[in-house]
Amino acid sequence: MDSGLTLEGSSEERAKGWEPKITAFVCNWCTYAGADLAGTSRLRYRPQVRVIKLPCTGRIDPLFILKAFERGSDGVLVSGCHPGDCHYTSGNYHARRRFGTFRKLLEFLGIDLRRVQFSWVSAAEGAKWAQVVDEVTQKIWELGPFEGYRRISD
Amino acid sequence: MGTFVMDGKEYEADEAKTVLEVARANGIEIPTLCYHKSLTPYGACRLCLVEIFWGQKSRLYTACTYPAWEGMVVKTASEKVMRARRLILELLLAEAPASPEIKELAERFGVTGTRFRGQRKGEDNRCILCGLCVRICQDVLGVSAIGFKGRGDGREIATPFGKFSEVCATCGSCATVCPTRAIEIDTISIHPPKPIPSEFETGLVSRPCIYIPFPQAAPNKPVIDRKNCMHFKYGACTICQDVCPANAVDYSQQDEIVEEDVGAIVVATGFDLLSDECYGEYGYGKYPDVISSLQFERLLSASGPTGGEVRRPSDGKVPETVVFLQCIGSRDLSKEISYCSKICCMYTAKHTMLYKHKVHHGQAYVFYMDIRSGGKNYEEFVRRAVEEDGAIYLRGRVSRIFERNGKLVVRGADTLSGASVEIDADLVVLATAMTAQPGIEKLAQKLGVSYDQYKFLSEAHPKLRPVETNSAGIFLAGACQAPKDIPEAVAQGSAAASKVLGLFSPEELTREPIVAEVDEESCVGCFYCQLVCPYGAVEVKEIRDRNGNLIKTVASANKGVCQGCGACVATCRSNSIDLQGFKDEQIYAEINAL
Repeated sequence: MDSGLTLEGSSEERAKGWEPKITAFVCNWCTYAGADLAGTSRLRYRPQVRVIKLPCTGRIDPLFILKAFERGSDGVLVSGCHPGDCHYTSGNYHARRRFGTFRKLLEFLGIDLRRVQFSWVSAAEGAKWAQVVDEVTQKIWELGPFEGYRRISD
Repeated sequence: MGTFVMDGKEYEADEAKTVLEVARANGIEIPTLCYHKSLTPYGACRLCLVEIFWGQKSRLYTACTYPAWEGMVVKTASEKVMRARRLILELLLAEAPASPEIKELAERFGVTGTRFRGQRKGEDNRCILCGLCVRICQDVLGVSAIGFKGRGDGREIATPFGKFSEVCATCGSCATVCPTRAIEIDTISIHPPKPIPSEFETGLVSRPCIYIPFPQAAPNKPVIDRKNCMHFKYGACTICQDVCPANAVDYSQQDEIVEEDVGAIVVATGFDLLSDECYGEYGYGKYPDVISSLQFERLLSASGPTGGEVRRPSDGKVPETVVFLQCIGSRDLSKEISYCSKICCMYTAKHTMLYKHKVHHGQAYVFYMDIRSGGKNYEEFVRRAVEEDGAIYLRGRVSRIFERNGKLVVRGADTLSGASVEIDADLVVLATAMTAQPGIEKLAQKLGVSYDQYKFLSEAHPKLRPVETNSAGIFLAGACQAPKDIPEAVAQGSAAASKVLGLFSPEELTREPIVAEVDEESCVGCFYCQLVCPYGAVEVKEIRDRNGNLIKTVASANKGVCQGCGACVATCRSNSIDLQGFKDEQIYAEINAL
């Protein structure tokens, strides 16, 4: 099936038709509702993103992201309410601050920071969700499969 | 004790009381000029002379100083007393020819002219040397800024060496207590007297330090402005306590902190108005006749400073031309207010109508951008202002207001005719923007309620939940949420109240089961979870053994308040708190399944 992704020059896996596996941690009130709206609006976007619903981005433990990579994700997307609009007032601020620090740990672990993407998508932004998914999938596809964990276990 | 007789009636004799006090307590009128309840009686003016009989003999004594002894007979209006009183009044008329109060008092007793000529201080003198000002300043205030100077003919009230007094606190007691308004504070004090503007009357008039904030205040009792009160500043004055017949003044009262456990809170803190100084080109603060709409409301009000008459603040004359400017601050990005204040179009129309009803020959002009009159009968109301009360509506903004030939020239545009207009106004009223109350963000942060960039409090959903906030049990009503008028505020108040009743009426509180739960075994009591919780749902719980000794302190999530966001779970350092329904285990299971 033609995934519709494009790149000049390609790695071995991409040539074989490899598709990225992206885990998205989304907040229930904004991004999840926005994704729902994208669905009811019948918008078409890349199917490689798997959504995990949380009450709030403030719930996200950084270990979830590591676990996602460990279990074979090639990329992680974290998406929540716009600053100031968090349904729980301040959860997205906690998330933002938490990941400011967590990025350093990721770097230390040798994980390419470009594999972890963040976005703010509100409940009315169905089209934006579709766009974000398309962009993130494209970026991860360009980066290729995530080999980090597999190499350690080898 | 015994009794004495006054004007044919018996009264209880009490040496500690004076004849004047007994007379006043029983409705017998004895005129005084130099008597004040807070001061020891002085007997200076001699107006209170009464005839006191001991046996056959009688003499005139001042009632204010004479004790109410047993067995005496007092006549307060005998022929002898009246003759003496009239003479004293003639003398006073000669002393203070410029005092209308003395003239009026004299006329009451049939004295219209004086045979005496000695006007040593001239035709303008009002001071009768009663000494009230000196005694108030010395005995009650404890300041002694003024005193008597000279003797005989040359006796007068003065400051030491005739210089401006440095100790005068400009409290105004001397001027207030003077029976003939002879004191001018700016001749005494080095500092100009600063009247305290009345907050309720929007600064149109001043108020004393002890005052009832407004006629509908609850409780309807006076309060003392501690910052300006002489008693609290200098420790001495107790005039209000002295004169209060109910002995109700208590200077020792302190602010109390009251703690209540409540199940719901309705925030209805109202609004404030933008300062009129926001457009310097309109001359607010520079021209006293450029006023805010709230000040105009007070002028219109029958209980306001002018008793409901529309008068210019500058000279008290009735304005013939009033210009109303709408959208002062509202809908103006340069003032960082992009919203419409909603109420101004309607109240300005009301103002034009009320003005016309009070000043029949007056003309009102309104400079507007749009007319927002969307409520029930609102559009018809505005049309009535134009068609029945002759208000002239000009669609345009005003560029400048300046003074010319004693009038305020309002220069603006009339975009519908394409002309620029100049109106010579007597009074200009600015409809300033509605803003949030200052300091509301602090209250909102304490309660855990969100607010927008204008500090209006945020409702849970703009359409479906207009009176709830994102915090359970906290509701909103009125202008604190957004600019609105009275019917809307009332509707919101009812809605918030019914939401509260809906919360309270069931036997149990029903909620979604997505709540945090603490594992008390592993919790170390660091309370980081309490810091991140936006709702204050984390409480302190003490774990005690059977004997009541404290083993450890742990966190505990209040299941009624917790909204299930999970911020605490991600923050917990010892992995001791989890969110039911979104447990770590459950999420890992989801990730593993991908």
